[in-house]
Amino acid sequence: MKSKSSSLTREIIIKPKTGWQIINWKELKEYKDLIYFLVLRDVTSLYKQTVLGFSWAILRPFIKMVIFSVVFGGLAKIPSDGIPYPLFVYAGLVPWEYFSTSLTKSTGSLITGVGIYTKVYFPRLILPIVPCIAILVDFAIALSIVFILMLKYGFAISFTILYLPILILLMILFTAGLGIWLSALAIQYRDVTHGVQFLVQILMYAAPVIYPISWLPESYRIYLAIYPMYGVIEGFRAALLGQNAMPWDIIGMGAISAFVMLISGAYYFKRKERIFADVA
Amino acid sequence: MNDTIIKVDNLSKRYRIGVQDVIHDSLIASIFSWVKSPISNFRRVQKLSKFNGEDGQDIIWALKDISFNVKKGEIVGIIGRNGAGKSTLLKILSRIVEPTDGQASVYGRVASLLEIGTGFHRELSGRENIYLNGTILGMTKNEIKENFDEIVEFSEIGKFLDTPVKRYSSGMYVRLAFAVAAHLNPEILIVDEVLAVGDAAFQKKCLGKMSETAKSGRTVLFVSHNMHTIQDLCDRTILLEDGKVAIDGDTSDVIKHYLQPEMMKTGESDLTDNFRSRKSPGKLRAKAIRILDKNDEICSTYEINDPINIELDITNVNDNGFAVSFLIFNQQGALVYHIRSQDGNIITKNLGSTITVRMTIPRLNIIQGRYSVDVWLGNHLDLLEDHVESTISFEVVNRGHSKVPLRSIIHETGKWQIIKN
Repeated sequence: MKSKSSSLTREIIIKPKTGWQIINWKELKEYKDLIYFLVLRDVTSLYKQTVLGFSWAILRPFIKMVIFSVVFGGLAKIPSDGIPYPLFVYAGLVPWEYFSTSLTKSTGSLITGVGIYTKVYFPRLILPIVPCIAILVDFAIALSIVFILMLKYGFAISFTILYLPILILLMILFTAGLGIWLSALAIQYRDVTHGVQFLVQILMYAAPVIYPISWLPESYRIYLAIYPMYGVIEGFRAALLGQNAMPWDIIGMGAISAFVMLISGAYYFKRKERIFADVA
Repeated sequence: MNDTIIKVDNLSKRYRIGVQDVIHDSLIASIFSWVKSPISNFRRVQKLSKFNGEDGQDIIWALKDISFNVKKGEIVGIIGRNGAGKSTLLKILSRIVEPTDGQASVYGRVASLLEIGTGFHRELSGRENIYLNGTILGMTKNEIKENFDEIVEFSEIGKFLDTPVKRYSSGMYVRLAFAVAAHLNPEILIVDEVLAVGDAAFQKKCLGKMSETAKSGRTVLFVSHNMHTIQDLCDRTILLEDGKVAIDGDTSDVIKHYLQPEMMKTGESDLTDNFRSRKSPGKLRAKAIRILDKNDEICSTYEINDPINIELDITNVNDNGFAVSFLIFNQQGALVYHIRSQDGNIITKNLGSTITVRMTIPRLNIIQGRYSVDVWLGNHLDLLEDHVESTISFEVVNRGHSKVPLRSIIHETGKWQIIKN
């Protein structure tokens, strides 16, 4: 057996820690292979033994689109900024589905991963982050359908699509930040796993998934802008469909709060990390 | 010293064990406590990670002021009874749980093997699981790639490599899991009792691989209940007792001490003393225990197939009756006899408060070696009243015609005949 261990001999001090801890980003990088295989596990195992396989990634938002179009677009007559309601709602559902699925998985990640981190050491911060990467595959598949819908409704792709990566990054950062917070809470207080379903529901109606922001009074905008998915979803529509201008003010506000959420979440997680194996 | 690779200083670990819930005897009290329950639940959940100084009833010290050093290249065995703190020590050194007090310094890359097959995913194939499990155990993708063929060969799973592991037999599953673990190549390897799985032939192969790894200059900490394995692999052994280091030294000496504790009496033993490991939630008490031979004389050495009598004096007997169990363990810690008064058709009601029970094994069908006896006392509902471990020990010898020791757990002379045509 050849020894190719890249890490240098280093000293590890094991002692009780109290208070706030520094986040060891370098260590996270050293575990990139583990992140890679955990993501691969999530991606490859998700649709194992299903007939439809990855079609589910399309079907889930698609079915919701049909339901929402009938209920909110057809019956409730919610406006959609002149965009055909199915296309309007689907463009919002693509980032929304990513957010809700990743957040639920991320919240439960320490509970489902208990068999691993009570047996082996690795930076536990990896666990809530993994679903946020793995669900990107579903997200990408669902996103590709937007272009087919755009073709159907006669929408051309404009240069604003180049803004999409910024919005996707914001979406990932916020999801991971909230997921990290909730996972650390859920491992001690299991109520969080039950409550997160309602949280997701509330957050969906708080975000402009089924309605346009123009439908809300102007004065609400500034408050809702704190919630990053608000800017992400509206931004997605602007970038893809090019009907409205990019709402940079809302996106900027959202970016700040996503960043605060991620950093505070990571520090809270590190502070709680030492008790995970004891309380799990 | 420069070649110290693990340094443990006064390491302690405290756990909170579950406290019994209060049982309410009225509807009003139940409703009131149900309304209040979110608050008390919150306190209880919070208490899992908060300790307020006072060492209440529900706190146990799994480890208390453990100190030792391990030098580079040493293979150290860790032995002790269940609950002595072995696994807690390994978990702290693996950085899975944090100590409550004290400090340990580890110089080098650690891989811990507290379980085999950690993180195996049922739906994934053998190939995918090799990579997943390998990275979880701390290998890099390239290290696994280099060793991949060797791992597959070692596991003997061959053509099932691309089958989901949920379709594997349990033997195949264990072989694959161990194959990955056996190819770990860290500076320090921490191994819990993981060899007690799989069939005998594969176990032997794993042991071979382990000792090969161990002898290639790696530092190994190894927990096992199997004294033969410890003797084969380790030069030095640490005996843990109640969360403390009882002895630390040459493996043969430590094992000898562990298997024949001086405190464990032979022949007759007084149980009124405070025993190290006694659980007595009830009033019933075991007072004394004696082992007698066929002539009713106290004796500590028996031959295979001899009869043996165990007498137990019990006090505080209640008129509702009681139940007694004798649990007899061999040197490897295997329970060879579990003998219960419930199976013995005796009437235990209305006998007065102090009595003596006598149990006879008409024929000892166990092999040569030393055996220890645990006593378990229960009430008429079979609920625990008093449990004392290692109350007394006795020796079984084989004065039969063959000098080769028996290797089974139980013994059967058999009824032999020569049949001529």
